[in-house]
Amino acid sequence: MSKSLLHINGLTKAYPGVVANDDVSFNIDAGEIHALLGENGAGKSTLVKMIYGLVRPDHGAMQLAGKNFSPAEPRAARAAGVAMVFQHFSLFEALSVAENIALGMETPPKSNALSARITEVSQAYGLPLDPERLVGDLSAGERQRVEIIRCLLQEPKLLIMDEPTSVLTPQEVTTLFTTLRKLKAEGTSILYISHKLEEIRALCETATILRGGKKVATCDPRKKSARELAEMMVGGTLNSAKAKKTTLGEVVLKVSELSLPPQSAFGTSLKNIAFQLHKGEILGIGGVAGNGQDELLACLSGEVKTTGDAIQLNGVSLGNMLPNVRRALGVLAAPEERLGHAAAPDMSLTENAMLTAMTRQNLSKSGFLDWPRAKAFAEQVISQFDVRTPGPQSAARSLSGGNLQKFVIGREVLQDPEVLIVNQPTWGVDAAAAADIRQALLDLATKGAAVIVISQDLDELMEISTSFAALNTGRLSTARPMAELSLDEIGLLLGGADAAA
Amino acid sequence: MLRLEKRPDPSKTWGYLAPVLAVIATMIGGGVMFALLGKDPFEAIRTIFYDPLFSEFAWYYRPQLLIKGAPLILIAIGLSMGFRAGIWNIGAEGQYIIGAICGAGAALAVYPLESALVFPVMILCGAIGGFAWSMIPAILKIKFGTNEILVSLMLVYVAEQLLASMSLGLMKNPEGFGFPGSRNLQQYASAHNAELWTGTGIHLGVVFALIAVIFSYIMLARHQMGFHIRLTGESPKAAKFAGVNPNKVVIYCLGFSGALAGLAGMFEVAGPSGQISIDFNVGYGFTAIIVAFLGRLDPFGILLAGLLMALTYIGGEIAQSSLGLPSAAIQAFQGMLLFFLLALDMLTNFKIKRTNTEVRI
Repeated sequence: MSKSLLHINGLTKAYPGVVANDDVSFNIDAGEIHALLGENGAGKSTLVKMIYGLVRPDHGAMQLAGKNFSPAEPRAARAAGVAMVFQHFSLFEALSVAENIALGMETPPKSNALSARITEVSQAYGLPLDPERLVGDLSAGERQRVEIIRCLLQEPKLLIMDEPTSVLTPQEVTTLFTTLRKLKAEGTSILYISHKLEEIRALCETATILRGGKKVATCDPRKKSARELAEMMVGGTLNSAKAKKTTLGEVVLKVSELSLPPQSAFGTSLKNIAFQLHKGEILGIGGVAGNGQDELLACLSGEVKTTGDAIQLNGVSLGNMLPNVRRALGVLAAPEERLGHAAAPDMSLTENAMLTAMTRQNLSKSGFLDWPRAKAFAEQVISQFDVRTPGPQSAARSLSGGNLQKFVIGREVLQDPEVLIVNQPTWGVDAAAAADIRQALLDLATKGAAVIVISQDLDELMEISTSFAALNTGRLSTARPMAELSLDEIGLLLGGADAAA
Repeated sequence: MLRLEKRPDPSKTWGYLAPVLAVIATMIGGGVMFALLGKDPFEAIRTIFYDPLFSEFAWYYRPQLLIKGAPLILIAIGLSMGFRAGIWNIGAEGQYIIGAICGAGAALAVYPLESALVFPVMILCGAIGGFAWSMIPAILKIKFGTNEILVSLMLVYVAEQLLASMSLGLMKNPEGFGFPGSRNLQQYASAHNAELWTGTGIHLGVVFALIAVIFSYIMLARHQMGFHIRLTGESPKAAKFAGVNPNKVVIYCLGFSGALAGLAGMFEVAGPSGQISIDFNVGYGFTAIIVAFLGRLDPFGILLAGLLMALTYIGGEIAQSSLGLPSAAIQAFQGMLLFFLLALDMLTNFKIKRTNTEVRI
């Protein structure tokens, strides 16, 4: 039995209306990779913020290496040996790696010495990184290395990692795991937050599961199945989406030579995108964020016009049509950003139903709007997609992320699309709602619609897609049947290697 | 540190209560100011809010309420449409002036022809004048991405120069003994925007203001264009996703507010004011901004707010003459109304949080 590093005893933190953490206690041993599991809203973030000194607990105490530990601010936590890699990086794109790291230090050494240190640490832990490169030129995986090295320079006793693999390709994940195992072997403890169960089973020897702010269990994840872990997280049995075997029908949507110049200074250009979509097909488009996902959706939905022939639905050129004309023809879309793009935050669900359903549900007669029918349609979406809300008069803003996402997806699915394009359909959505959304997409395809799912979540794409293509710096790889692809091949495609080229 | 946090579901009741509370707070704040100026605050407040409606001279003031309220409401209805979409026409005063110049110009061009067609043509010219003036910021915004706030505001000063030039030059009354200013349209029967019923203050502009209120209500609540305008204001990206053409919204909102401001100017010059003169404009275009917000950008709210604002104008004039209050004090009093309204609005939509317990990085 190894020595305890961090002992957490009865931590409680309440916010108005919600108890984020309720009497949470567990132990992190020295040299252990400890997983913290839970759905969104289970209290993982609050717990970690308390350890890192961002939030003060209402009750309870912590001991770090046998001493009382109650950091008043992150600086105190860092001084005590706790470091954290956040899910969202705080890096300046216009500065070099070394400059970025110096900015985060209390007393940065001379730049030469620092660069040497960075090179030394990066080699020691298998994290290749050139200290002189601009952060703006780095990939997401390399940016994460900057954050990790920034932490390692402090020689922490405990390293907290918040959803570290959500932006990485499978190969980058492997590199990260090697680094983490090496740190563990040197006696550093790691608190690893994730909702990817397979990863946790591969990496961690202990897992603490939170649900609704309370600790459910501490267990050895290697001795549980992913399903058992998921059920502990959700607190019930989980229905995983089931793909039915379908034979593909004729081509519905044909995209050829679709190119788009960057729409803003940091936008991505689309280069020569081409694919064909069949009836009943679910095309999964993978790739790390910022490789042209938003741009591709905008071109397909009609928010951005392209040359007419680039996009064809059953032989009709759509490229220069407005969104509502495309909707009338059967091409519907659900963008990634729920609040402020797919839905107007301060408008009611009825008004948000009107937002995309005006044309297809005949909610407008010679310019005059039929609000009673819009309300009825909103109610239909709410009941069929189990959206938890007081009613269609509620503002979109008042719904939780998962419920609003169910509304947004349901709004499009119930309009009976011929082609549906969704971007990140289950991003930040709890496991139960995510399963429902995936099932709805599968059912839609079974009924004969063609679906494009753009997602960063590979597990999701592997679960529901019939074919797969990767988006990398605005180029789309050739779409191939999902069943033919191995995880390695997918990783290579995501990294920009086109197997067909 | 204090921090503002958006309320997820702001209370509707508070939304409606805010203007009422703002009026009460203005009465208290204004009362304190009047007391500091050495006047009896209760008498001053009574003079402003009560006398125009119920004193022995109310028969004179009540029609004034409609005469002053109508242009405010007409302009504010137009502005509210743009404000809903996040398009800020601050230059209604300029469009009001140009509308008056065009309307009066049409009449003066055919003087002394008496025909039933003169007045309809003037109405049309007034609306077109204001519309055209508002198209300058609209087109510049669409073509070059200029800021409509600056352009429309600057055009107010251009319009004022044009007004001065007209009253000293082209439109100067040839029988006016060299005094600046045009012929008085009140003495030109075909062009006179007379009261429809003598002594009521109701002229055609008042009728148009009411029509604008109803039109705007139907537009916003029931029509696709109104929905798209609201959507653009709530979330431009969601509007684009819904298929709204943002340029169309800019043209529509600026054009609609420009045309209504032009109409207001035309009804004013043909009626209560009577002539184009250097000091023809008295700030209706700017006060209408306060009216639009005081009325919560809601058509019927604007109707009430316009009448309330007209009341403070008339009451303020009475207070100036009978109590000797300086006109600056009356303006400060009107400004307080907007200040308190915006403050209460803020508290309706946001809550104030202390942030000393949690450190942000």
